[in-house]
Amino acid sequence: MTEHRVDLAVIGAGPAGMAAALAAAEAGTRVAVIDAGVRPGGQYWRSPAPGAGPFRPATLHHGWRRFTSTDTRLTELAGTGRVLRLAGHHVWSILPAGDEWSVHCVLGAEPRQHGTPAPVTVHARRLVIATGAYDRQLPFPGWDLPGVITAGGGQALLKGNLVVAGQTVVVAGTGPFLLPVADGLARYGARVAAVIEANSPLAFARFPRAVLGATGKLGEATGYAGRLLRHRVAVRHRHVVLRALGTDRLTGVLVGKLDRAGRVRAGTEREIACDVLAVGWGFTPQLELPLQLGCATRVDVDGSLVVTVDEDQATSVAGVWAAGEATGVGGADLATVEGRLAGLAAAASFGADEVGDDRALRRRRTSLRGFASAMHQVYPIPQVMLERCSDETLVCRCEEVDAGTIRRAVVELGATEARIVKLLARPGMGWCQGRVCGFATACLTARHAGRPVAEADLRAFADRVIAAPTPLGQLATWPGDEPPAGDGG
Amino acid sequence: MSRPHEFEILFDGTPLPCRDGWTIGAALTAAGVRSWRTTRHGQRPRGLFCGIGICFDCLVTVNGQPSLRACLVPANPGDDVRTQEGTAR
Ligand SMILES: Cc1cc2nc3c(=O)[nH]c(=O)nc-3n(C[C@H](O)[C@@H](O)[C@H](O)COP(=O)(O)OP(=O)(O)OC[C@H]3O[C@@H](n4cnc5c(N)ncnc54)[C@H](O)[C@@H]3O)c2cc1C
Ligand code: FES
Repeated sequence: MTEHRVDLAVIGAGPAGMAAALAAAEAGTRVAVIDAGVRPGGQYWRSPAPGAGPFRPATLHHGWRRFTSTDTRLTELAGTGRVLRLAGHHVWSILPAGDEWSVHCVLGAEPRQHGTPAPVTVHARRLVIATGAYDRQLPFPGWDLPGVITAGGGQALLKGNLVVAGQTVVVAGTGPFLLPVADGLARYGARVAAVIEANSPLAFARFPRAVLGATGKLGEATGYAGRLLRHRVAVRHRHVVLRALGTDRLTGVLVGKLDRAGRVRAGTEREIACDVLAVGWGFTPQLELPLQLGCATRVDVDGSLVVTVDEDQATSVAGVWAAGEATGVGGADLATVEGRLAGLAAAASFGADEVGDDRALRRRRTSLRGFASAMHQVYPIPQVMLERCSDETLVCRCEEVDAGTIRRAVVELGATEARIVKLLARPGMGWCQGRVCGFATACLTARHAGRPVAEADLRAFADRVIAAPTPLGQLATWPGDEPPAGDGG
Repeated sequence: MSRPHEFEILFDGTPLPCRDGWTIGAALTAAGVRSWRTTRHGQRPRGLFCGIGICFDCLVTVNGQPSLRACLVPANPGDDVRTQEGTAR
């Protein structure tokens, strides 16, 4: 096993992690920046391999120059030995070891594949967690049909491979992220039949201060809206996807319009033919590592479980900072600002002499957080999706558990906590360990139990002993009695 | 010798065009293939869903090794990709 020893390990090389690593390294700290991905940039700055085809960043990316300048600086610092860049390193466990942390990684694009390099351990005195998020999902009939993909998945396929997910695409769910997804697909040759948005951006009028504090954000959205208009893409506000149609693959979607009370208005249902549906309802922060470390969490405005941080991005665990979507979904600009502040604070904890004036950064963070909070209130989860979740609707895609089984676990077996529902009905016990169905199962459990979703419901699907699937042979170093079941294989 | 930018992989014996840097999942999607696995209980077809290694819907057999995430595995010239039933373990 290869080992490295550094002052600070940054987990995640997205906008937050790259900013944290650069800020800390420039303040004199020796940093390892570790990411599962084979290229830096995280979700936002995902880029294709050179062989994938001619890539014009401006067609898919915002702030690409910020990415290349950060990337270049990190490479320069790597040349001096100040920065260690570890790509294709999946962190599956972090354990305390004396006054250090041991960060255990398995290697490769898909670490389960035979012939990947031996595991690596990084020893670090401090940590910055910048693990980002993944698409949040809600179940509806037919959502497991091939051709239904996540909005982020469609974006990742395009940004990482320059491949469009299908010929005729419907983009659906809620949130401003649906617009760049539709725009990218249309630019790269898909016919985008419609954008089906459950909410309406007009609701931003209720948050004038938040909008004024982050004018650039609205400009970005207006830019997408204008381009979608030119591509003749219809954006249907206050509409939801009711059903994905098809037997063995997607042939279309049934959509309906919501009335003022958020119910589907009678007579508004109609079908749209498509071969791909790209759907997402916001994002779920990736928290297994901070939970392993014992970091305190809270429920954010959007209903997601997030890591609690203080003014310096410090978590409740000494020596551990967090930044980006892991501390609350707010987009790449906020992730960058938080990453910088986390990196500076971690560097300062070593007594770095020149950390500089960060007041402007802190002000920027306040306005971006204000905007994020308004965004969550403008684009909430439409409750109608949970109300309409019929017994036959599949909820857990891995263990194939339907909504009826979850309802019966609560109503008939008296399991009023998500943790117990998971044990009795097995949602979230399969390959993905509840990453996909966890949020929905927590919501459905609370709904049937007649109470709001509690932090414990969300934690029941976020606590994982291993953070990345690992070939069992590589768990020889597992410190407990035996490797936990589920993720291995 | 440098790798070709374009090559073929085999999907259940049929050659599919592929570009260097694509994942197996991208190559299958580009060729219009939408599913390459059936589920353990309901034998339902599955393919790409999350696209980033989170959901495990896209499990596929590559060069004899089952249950690899197609959205993560980089394609290599001549890869033998096969549909898989259940977890094929
Ligand atoms: C699939 C997807 C596509 C998206 N595309 C866009 C987009 O095009 N435009 C947009 O505005 N927003 C997009 N987003 C939203 C995204 O969250 C951005 O706001 C932004 O990338 C957040 O930055 P971040 O640094 O917090 O996290 P991320 O960019 O998500 O970076 C986190 C990084 O941590 C790594 N990581 C996580 N866990 C581990 C681990 N255990 N071991 C090693 N590495 C780990 C990941 O590989 C990832 O590179 C997307 C989100 C998703 C899920
Ligand atoms: S598509 Fe979700 S893991 Fe590959």
